[in-house]
Amino acid sequence: MEFWITQMFNGISFGALLFLLASGLSLIFGVMRIVNIAHGSYYLLGAYVGLSTVWKTGSFALALFTGGFTVAVIGIGMQRVLKRFYLVELPQMLLTMGFALIFQDLALIIWGGDPYTIPPPAFLAGSMRTGTLTFPLYRFFVVAMAVAVGLFLWALQERTRVGAMIRAAVDDAEMAGGVGINVPVVSAGVFGLGAFLAAFGGVMGGAFLGVFPGADFEILPFAFVVVIVGGLGSLKGAFVGSLLVGLVDNFGKALLPELSYFTLFAPMALVLAVRPTGLFGRA
Amino acid sequence: MAVLDTRPTRWFAIVSVGLMVVLPPFLSSYVLTLLTQVLIFALMAMSVDLLLGFTGLPSLGQAAYFGVSAYTVAVLTTKYSQGFWSTAALSFVLSILLAALFGLIAIHAAGTYFLMITLALGQVLWGLAYRWVSMTGGDNGLAGVPRPDVGVSVEDPTRFFYFTLVLFLVSAVALYLVVESPFGYSLLGIRESEGRMRILGYHTWLHKYLAFIISGAFSGVSGILWAYYNGFVSPQDVSLVTNMESLLMVALGGPGTLFGSTVGALIIVFLRNFVSAYTKRWLLILGGMYIFTIIYAPKGLLGALRDWGLRRRLPHPSPAVATDRGGAPAGTPSSR
Repeated sequence: MEFWITQMFNGISFGALLFLLASGLSLIFGVMRIVNIAHGSYYLLGAYVGLSTVWKTGSFALALFTGGFTVAVIGIGMQRVLKRFYLVELPQMLLTMGFALIFQDLALIIWGGDPYTIPPPAFLAGSMRTGTLTFPLYRFFVVAMAVAVGLFLWALQERTRVGAMIRAAVDDAEMAGGVGINVPVVSAGVFGLGAFLAAFGGVMGGAFLGVFPGADFEILPFAFVVVIVGGLGSLKGAFVGSLLVGLVDNFGKALLPELSYFTLFAPMALVLAVRPTGLFGRA
Repeated sequence: MAVLDTRPTRWFAIVSVGLMVVLPPFLSSYVLTLLTQVLIFALMAMSVDLLLGFTGLPSLGQAAYFGVSAYTVAVLTTKYSQGFWSTAALSFVLSILLAALFGLIAIHAAGTYFLMITLALGQVLWGLAYRWVSMTGGDNGLAGVPRPDVGVSVEDPTRFFYFTLVLFLVSAVALYLVVESPFGYSLLGIRESEGRMRILGYHTWLHKYLAFIISGAFSGVSGILWAYYNGFVSPQDVSLVTNMESLLMVALGGPGTLFGSTVGALIIVFLRNFVSAYTKRWLLILGGMYIFTIIYAPKGLLGALRDWGLRRRLPHPSPAVATDRGGAPAGTPSSR
């Protein structure tokens, strides 16, 4: 029983982290109609920038924002190159691949090859005990942040004027432009927000998964499986998908350590057999 | 469309095959080893091109089939000391089976989803190679694969090169026959407009699925060669970077030109070895090449050569040249 509760908790907190990545991936897909292969790189760069911030200032909260904003700026810069190929899927995706390789190598040049862990703030360093079970407080914090971000994104998209503009730009960019929405600005902004979320996740994840070269390509397939399962362009899909993938991955790791990656294969195969566009996909 | 339908591309094929047959005895063993590597990766890139260039399916998981057969060779030769023919046969069959299994999942989807699914499936295999230590040796990989004995020994570099060349040429001709067959033309039709092909009565799912399996099979062949060539397999061989390299070989040579991939493989293999003597910044260069190719040479080198051949045929340069393949202008978005 203890085993199940602990693994469940770990799975949910890993899922919370995946949600930050997958929701950003979904947002970017919404405006650009492509899947961003450099998304894992945003995660990695965010984590590294956050790490440097913590080293310099000691503030974890500041790290979340410097990581996020630095990478948002990089993302917007990338979007300016990508939009030259708007709606020509393949070159765009190949371009994001080129960027992913460059970012990985740049990170290696700047931060070297050693693995680090971002020190979490002191008040989250402890853990909570009930009976024989221990839950690290930091993981609660990750879950809370993911829920907060999820609510924020939902409110932004469904309840605000900006959100209406985003939805309009996603559904029909030409018409949205026709009624006076500045689509290029909206697209760049949404792309930036997606990159921000990935980098934010990077700082969060850097404190419990660590930061190391190759972390970008390691987390990327997880984010992909989440949106494959949940459906691209859907916030609800990202939410359900990340919870599912987080749990499956954790139980896989605990029960079949040697075959752990293979357990990811199962949810993907099952969902795609029934719904090729994912549980909540629209395309 | 035909792969060798213009004079320059035909000359390219004849001259390069001629050179590969005649030159080896005059080359240093270092260059010969690299050329062997070029052939192996060219075969893998051609199998990627069958999906990307001819069927319009961007696969980022081809290293899975390459890796499965390479690992099978390594396991069978080092742990069970099996001979060449049984090892090669089993590895080939396993890569086909894996492609048949993964294809069931991936072929459901097109475009963006296809790319994501193949990437994720490829990474699943990478994870297996990395974590299944008792079978794959984990991060250390499996070392000590002996050069095969195929009736005659192919130990020394020149013989191994010719051995690779024979398998490469057989596979290349087979792939050429596939893309020039009615089946190959149906794949082009699917690339241009799947909906129209379906209305014409083609079972498009089945055609794509078969293309996926054929592609996986040839990646498998190159994986077998790789394990014997390198004597060592590691998770690196199944990694995302290997997938990205093979896709870049296709992009450099020109998607949909089949033999262009050999040029791409030649450039990447030689550059990788040349660069590694001076700097460790290979990924930076690879990424830069990607961006440069996509922006400035979207049709690749052999694509440009073919266009040049088509243009020479016409009395005046006309805009129709850019749109010859299948009718859709090069810049048009694929239907989604």
